[in-house]
Amino acid sequence: MNMHTLSVRELGDALRRKEFSSVELTRHFLARIEQYDSEINAFITPTADIALAEAERADIRIREGDDSPLLGIPIAHKDIFCTQGVRTSCASKMLDRFVAPYDATVVERLRAAGAVMLGKTNMDEFAMGSSNQTSHYGAVSNPWDPTCVPGGSSGGSAAAVAAGLCPLATGTETGGSIRQPASLCGLTGLKPTYGRVSRFGMIAFASSLDQAGLMARSAEDIALSFAAMSGHDPKDSTSASEPVEDYPAALQGDLKGLRIGVVRDQFGAELDERIGSRVQEAISLLESLGAELCDIALPDCALSIPVYYVIAPAEASSNLSRFDGIRFGHRAQDPEDIEDLYMRSRSEGFGAEVKRRIMIGTYVLSAGYYDAYYLKAQQLRRRIADDFARAFEKVDILAGPTSPMTAFPIGEKMDDPVAMYLCDIYTSGINLAGIPALSVPAGFVDGLPIGLHLMGNHFSEGRLLKVAHHYQRSSDWHRRSPPAFA
Amino acid sequence: MPISESDVLDVARLARVHVDAQELSKIADDLSNILDLVESMNAVDTESVVPMAHPLDMSQPLREDEITEDERRDEWQTLAPSTQDGLYLVPKVIE
Amino acid sequence: MNNGWEAVIGLEIHAQLATRSKIFSGAPTAFGAEPNRQACLIDLGFPGVLPILNAKALRMAVMFGLAIGARIAPRSIFARKNYFYPDLPKGYQISQYELPVVEGGAIDIEIEDGSTRSIGITRAHLEEDAGKSLHDAFPGRTGIDLNRAGVPLLEIVSEPDMRSPAEAVAFMRSVHALVRHLGICDGNMQEGSFRCDANISVRRVGDERLGTRTELKNINSFRFVERAATGEIERQIDLLEGGGVVIQQTRLYDARSDTTRAMRSKEEANDYRYFPDPDLLPVRITPSDIDRIRAALPELPAARKKRLVDTYDLDEKDAGRLTTDPSVADYYEAILKAGRFQTGPAKLTANWILGELTAALHREDRDILDCPIPASSFATLIARIDDGTLSGKMAKTVFDAMWAGEGEPDDIIEARGLAQISDSNALEALADKVIEDYPEQVSQYLSGKEKVFGFLVGQVMKASRGQADPKRINEILRRKLSDASE
Repeated sequence: MNMHTLSVRELGDALRRKEFSSVELTRHFLARIEQYDSEINAFITPTADIALAEAERADIRIREGDDSPLLGIPIAHKDIFCTQGVRTSCASKMLDRFVAPYDATVVERLRAAGAVMLGKTNMDEFAMGSSNQTSHYGAVSNPWDPTCVPGGSSGGSAAAVAAGLCPLATGTETGGSIRQPASLCGLTGLKPTYGRVSRFGMIAFASSLDQAGLMARSAEDIALSFAAMSGHDPKDSTSASEPVEDYPAALQGDLKGLRIGVVRDQFGAELDERIGSRVQEAISLLESLGAELCDIALPDCALSIPVYYVIAPAEASSNLSRFDGIRFGHRAQDPEDIEDLYMRSRSEGFGAEVKRRIMIGTYVLSAGYYDAYYLKAQQLRRRIADDFARAFEKVDILAGPTSPMTAFPIGEKMDDPVAMYLCDIYTSGINLAGIPALSVPAGFVDGLPIGLHLMGNHFSEGRLLKVAHHYQRSSDWHRRSPPAFA
Repeated sequence: MPISESDVLDVARLARVHVDAQELSKIADDLSNILDLVESMNAVDTESVVPMAHPLDMSQPLREDEITEDERRDEWQTLAPSTQDGLYLVPKVIE
Repeated sequence: MNNGWEAVIGLEIHAQLATRSKIFSGAPTAFGAEPNRQACLIDLGFPGVLPILNAKALRMAVMFGLAIGARIAPRSIFARKNYFYPDLPKGYQISQYELPVVEGGAIDIEIEDGSTRSIGITRAHLEEDAGKSLHDAFPGRTGIDLNRAGVPLLEIVSEPDMRSPAEAVAFMRSVHALVRHLGICDGNMQEGSFRCDANISVRRVGDERLGTRTELKNINSFRFVERAATGEIERQIDLLEGGGVVIQQTRLYDARSDTTRAMRSKEEANDYRYFPDPDLLPVRITPSDIDRIRAALPELPAARKKRLVDTYDLDEKDAGRLTTDPSVADYYEAILKAGRFQTGPAKLTANWILGELTAALHREDRDILDCPIPASSFATLIARIDDGTLSGKMAKTVFDAMWAGEGEPDDIIEARGLAQISDSNALEALADKVIEDYPEQVSQYLSGKEKVFGFLVGQVMKASRGQADPKRINEILRRKLSDASE
């Protein structure tokens, strides 16, 4: 049976009907990881023993009549989430031997909901990248074309779901790290409202931007799973107390009268025209389902990348100071003195991109530059957020392309940081504003997937999922899977 | 604004990362390019715009003054590169 | 002072707030635990953990602000102060920079001539303490104990309003007394709960501009403040008079050698790269929060001073001196209560506290809280003066005996046979005998030679072997002599 082609809802139904057990399902995915992961390198640490133990417990709960939607469903976690007793590396040499002593709230909640952890997925080191090439554990391949990148930073999670190594995976975003790989791998990926999901136990990159989300094949799969990981967490001061929606219920109804703003500025010269056409077709399909379209301008959003590349590195430079080789993490051999200990431990432990961002962040915060860079960026951040706020007075959601390009060859852009940074040109503004967005598969260009980007106001995840769900009921892009992993 | 090699060394020192002499000019170029990108911010006048430090318009939640943490030093110190008698060890620090 | 030079001193006092748990974690703050047994993952700065503010620490900061008449910020911000040091686990200290909780206000100090003076407070902000570096525990190694990391501190920054080491000490004492009175700090200086840094510069008397200042760190007793400041002022004057310049630097006070030395500057140019901590949100304090906290405040020194003046008719200056240190006022009022004293004895009590008791405490460098005389015993002493049992001179002897631990005043009076002869019959008999023995002097007195009266009093006193109350003798003699003249 091709269990790996079933949706989360189908898997849940089958488990409850006892068509197969969670242990059988888990063994199936573990076998696929064993078989295929050497080709795509999506996992840093598979956790077969834990998965089987959790699957056994899930089977008991299923037998007892528990009908939680995630019960017994395998999931993979980005290796940025702390998992007690399991290496949590953040894809860095710095944490190569770091076995987290506690669970992230996301991990704890998904486990409590009955999800079965298959392993920890590959990513850009400390989530800094858009191609998954900065990982200490090597690049990840895109299942649609193994010579290409899967996007990043949640590239391992994206590749794992796309290759059918798991039906569902967690990811995290700082500037597009769920949506961009979802787009490049033909998946649905949700970046929730800032504060919707606890950041406790998620290794921080840029605290005011970071947010965890999910990647799956369909919006419905995400709707079934998302409530389990979201909601207020007293361990995170920045966690919102807004009640969690009933997401499956939010999918119901139709799109009649939905006002969609098409972000015209995001169809410019930097966008591959063929992607633009596919996205336009997807938006037209939404119109045919009853939505009303209008054009929306987000003038200040054009500055998202510069603003992002001040704020994110600034926060990162401080967040990564704790990696000093004293209480955990890599420590250089035989340091001469304390300065040598810091310098060598951090230089050996961090890769080039991480060091680059730490230096940029240190620079923009340093005396004499703070106002010109950091303060200026914070002011522009306000204007970008205002852009969106004004737009949502006129429309219910915004639509555009997720990524200006399809998956590019492994090796590309690594020598040109600025070119790499432009991968997030349409996504990073969302993180700056703290609003939710998702990427939905919307076709192919040269055999590589492209994504439709749907953006909503704060806490409108239900509405975004509904729009995506209705789109997916009328399209089948999300059902395609890469032939090599069928 | 180009960032000089000596700026790179200053920043690297402040950030406690080592920069090899042979990488120095490449890093200075990379950082300069990033700053060029960043400086497009200056095209927009932000006079009197209130800076936005955070996307959430919420206040800091408070916790009650209660002891909620268990004592697990020995477990946590298994993750440390060097400890003795319950202390984390580093090379001698001169104040 | 000092050949036309004037010192300018400002203090930064770190008061450890008396909470049970840390400012951002639920780990205990008790002093004296084994190394690192009170450092939890948050205190250790582990990857993924997040801070949550302790409500009580915030409340205590507000209490302090209200007590000194400061402005309480309706919105205050936590910031990160970034620097590397082994006992600073995250590589940054969470502190406040722009928008501290408390701004402005003033504290009265008592200066040498017994008058009071107001010292301005610039600000008081909340921050976390760092850990402790043990440099001598292991050869060639420094040991790091992070039990203190995350302990809540209130940093109280004064204006540069002090002009002598003695004023600096008086200020430190006033703050010390106030934080203990408020119950927000135990004031234990040996355990580091109350310590200060001093900013010191000198200038020519009459010069408006401030000289270059140095910062003295690590001062943990009243005596050290005086000694360290005195030494530093002399050092600066010597430098300037020798044609040199003062370099702005941080100097470490070493109590053992009673000298200061420049610290090996670790943080080049102190570029701390402060920025708002993105893990913490703005702290909001509403007017109703403030009202609630104000209502629960103990009586503040100014109000107490007014009450003492109004109720007991004390003069302003005495009432001011009694209330500068709330524990002195507490002691004073405990005596009044034990003796049920009204105006007269209340004034007498004030004289004794500000006179003999203060002198005795100073002599032994003891605090009022370590006063060996219980308030109830002191009340008895005052009562015995008031009822004429003891003359002033005898009372001093009894006081000394009480101070030395010889017990209750009545026992001491009896054991030493100190009571004035207050038995009227006995005194009348003595007076009758003197009138009988000195007829010549009596008739001189009766014929208008007033001076002779003193002689007659002296004779009665002599006959009583000094144990009669001179006032009573006066009364009795005058009455008897006037009877005799009729």
